[in-house]
Amino acid sequence: MAQTTHGVGGLSYDAKKRTWPAEFNVFLALIILVGAFELIGRVFLGDSFLFNTRANVDTIFNEARLQIIILQVSIVGIIAIGVTQVIISGGIDLSSGSVVGATAMIAMSFAQVATVNGNPNPKAMFIEQGWTDLPVIVPVLVAIGCGLLAGLINGTLVAYTRIPPFIATLGMMVTARGVAKWWSKGQPISFPTESFAAIGKGLMPVIIFISLAILFQLILSYTRYGKHCYAIGSNEDAARMSGINVQNHKILVFVIAGILASLAAVVLSSKNLTAQAGMGVMYELDAIAMAVIGGVSLSGGRGSIIGTVIGALIFGVIISGFTFLRLDAYYQEMVKGVIIIGAVVLDQWRQRLRAMRA
Amino acid sequence: MSDIVLKTENLTKYYGGVHALEGANFELRKGEHVAIMGDNGAGKSTFVRQITAVEQRTSGKVWFDGKEVNFAGPIAAREAGIETVFQNLALADDLDVPSNLFLGREKVLFNLGPFSILDRKFMRKATEAALIRTAVKIPNLSNTIRHMSGGQRQCVAIARTATFASKLIIMDEPTAALGVQETMQVENIIRTLKANGEPLILISHNMRQVFDLVDRIVVFRRGRIVANLRKQDTDGNDVVSYITGAKTGEAELAA
Repeated sequence: MAQTTHGVGGLSYDAKKRTWPAEFNVFLALIILVGAFELIGRVFLGDSFLFNTRANVDTIFNEARLQIIILQVSIVGIIAIGVTQVIISGGIDLSSGSVVGATAMIAMSFAQVATVNGNPNPKAMFIEQGWTDLPVIVPVLVAIGCGLLAGLINGTLVAYTRIPPFIATLGMMVTARGVAKWWSKGQPISFPTESFAAIGKGLMPVIIFISLAILFQLILSYTRYGKHCYAIGSNEDAARMSGINVQNHKILVFVIAGILASLAAVVLSSKNLTAQAGMGVMYELDAIAMAVIGGVSLSGGRGSIIGTVIGALIFGVIISGFTFLRLDAYYQEMVKGVIIIGAVVLDQWRQRLRAMRA
Repeated sequence: MSDIVLKTENLTKYYGGVHALEGANFELRKGEHVAIMGDNGAGKSTFVRQITAVEQRTSGKVWFDGKEVNFAGPIAAREAGIETVFQNLALADDLDVPSNLFLGREKVLFNLGPFSILDRKFMRKATEAALIRTAVKIPNLSNTIRHMSGGQRQCVAIARTATFASKLIIMDEPTAALGVQETMQVENIIRTLKANGEPLILISHNMRQVFDLVDRIVVFRRGRIVANLRKQDTDGNDVVSYITGAKTGEAELAA
C-alpha cells in the first residue's frame, strides 16, 4: 500500500517512492565486493577474507586486514576529499598528485634533523642556514602554504581566465612535478624529525583521513559553501544570476583541494620517512576514480564525501582482496579500470531510471 | 513621481557596434502590470538586463523606487527589490525547492563567512509559506528540481520572486516552454501577484496572454521603444503592426 504524505498546495506524494540516497548503492556495491572475496576465499583457499581464522588471536574480524584496507587508501583518500568538492562544483583537478610530490619535497626539507647517528645529516638541505630540528608546525605550515599557493593559482586561472579546469590543472600538474624535481635536483630528502615522523605513524593516516572526511561532509551539508558547491556544479549561470560570487567560490574550492593535497603529502612523506620527486604520481586519477565510484557526477552538482569515502574503501578492498587471493598486482589495475567504468555506467542507468519514474 | 516604481531615461546599450538598445524611456507605476513585446532581437531582454544590472548600460539613467540608481550587479538590484524570473529559469537542478528559493541569499544560523551554518528549518518553513501565498503546487519540497515538470520548475522560479518582499517583478517569457495547463498555472500566479498589488514587467510573445494579464503594452523594435499602448486602447492587430514595423513612431499614451 502506497504511503502518501501531504505536500504543498493539496498535492501529496508517495513517501515510499523517495529514492535511496546514491551512497546507499555504493555501499551495497562495497558489501557485494567484500562478500565476493569472502566467498572465493572460502571456496578456493579455505580462508576467510574478512573474519579471523587464527586460533591464537581473539577477535571476530581479521583486524589487520581491515586496517590495511583503509590505511592503504587513506592518503589518496585525503586528496579525494578535495577533488570531490572540485568535481561537485563542476570542475576537475588533475594537479593533486604533482602537488603532493612538490609539497612533500619542500615540506620535508624543513623537517630534517641536523645529525644522523652523530654525523651531520648528509641529506639536510638547509643545514648551512641552521634550519634543522625545527618544530613540527614549521613543515606542516610550509606544506599548507604550498597547497594553498597551488590551489590559488589553479582557482584563479579557472575563475578569471576562463581556461577549462582540465587544462589549467593539467598545466599545474606538469609544473608542480617540475618543482618537485628541481627542489633538490632530483635527490630524495630524508631523515625527518621524530615529531614529523609521528604524523604518518601507524593508524594516524586513517584518523586524519576520517576526521577530514567528517569535517568536509558536515561543511558540504550544512554550510553556505557546501550549498554553493552544488549550486555552481548544477547550473553555473543560475548561481551567478542568483548573486553567488562564482569566481571567489571556485578559487576557494581549488584552495581547499590544494591544501588537502598538501596534507596528504605531509602524511605520505612522514609515513615513508622520505620525500621523492616521483611521489604521488597518478594519485590525482585514483582520487578522481574514488569520487566517481562513490557516485560523484563528473558533470557536477551531485555527490558527497561519504560516497567518496565508500569509493575509497572499494579501492582498498580490491587491492587487499587481490593480495588475499594471491593474484598478481597487474590484475588489480585492470580490474580497477573496469570498476571505474562500471560505476559510471551503473550510475547513469540509475539516473535514467529515476528520471523515468519521476 | 511618487507612484512611479521604475523609470528609465535614454537607456542605451551597445554590444560593440551593435546597438541593442537605444534611448529607451520607460515608466512603471505602483501595482501596474506591463507587457514588453517585440520580435526576437528587438531589445526586450537587453532592456531587462540593464535594469537588473546583469549587464552595465552604455548610457542613460534609471530611477527605481523614487531614487536614481546605479546597481553594481544583479545582487544589488535584487537587494533593492527587483526580482527577475529569467528565460533560462536560473534554477539549480540538483538542489531541492528551499535551496533554490534561497539560492544566493541563504538564511544562516551563525555567520562564519563562506562556512556559515545554514538555517534549514527556517528556509523550509518560509518556502512552504511562499508556495501557499502564490498558490503553487509542489508535491515534495525535498525533491530536486531535476525531477520536476517544466511548469513546476517555472512555478518555483516565480515563487522565489514572491518569497522576498520585492518591489518589482520581471518575468522573461515565463511560459515559453510550457504546456497549456502549466501555462495556466503560471498565469494564475501572475493574477495572484496583480491582486496583491505587486508591479510586474512581463516579456511575452503570447498575444492572448498579454491581453489577459497586463494593463499596458510596450513594443520594442530594433532596440527602440516604438509603442506604449494602454490595453483598452489597442488590439492584437495594432500591436502586431508595431512589432513588424508596419506602424512606426512612438505612440504616446493619451494624457
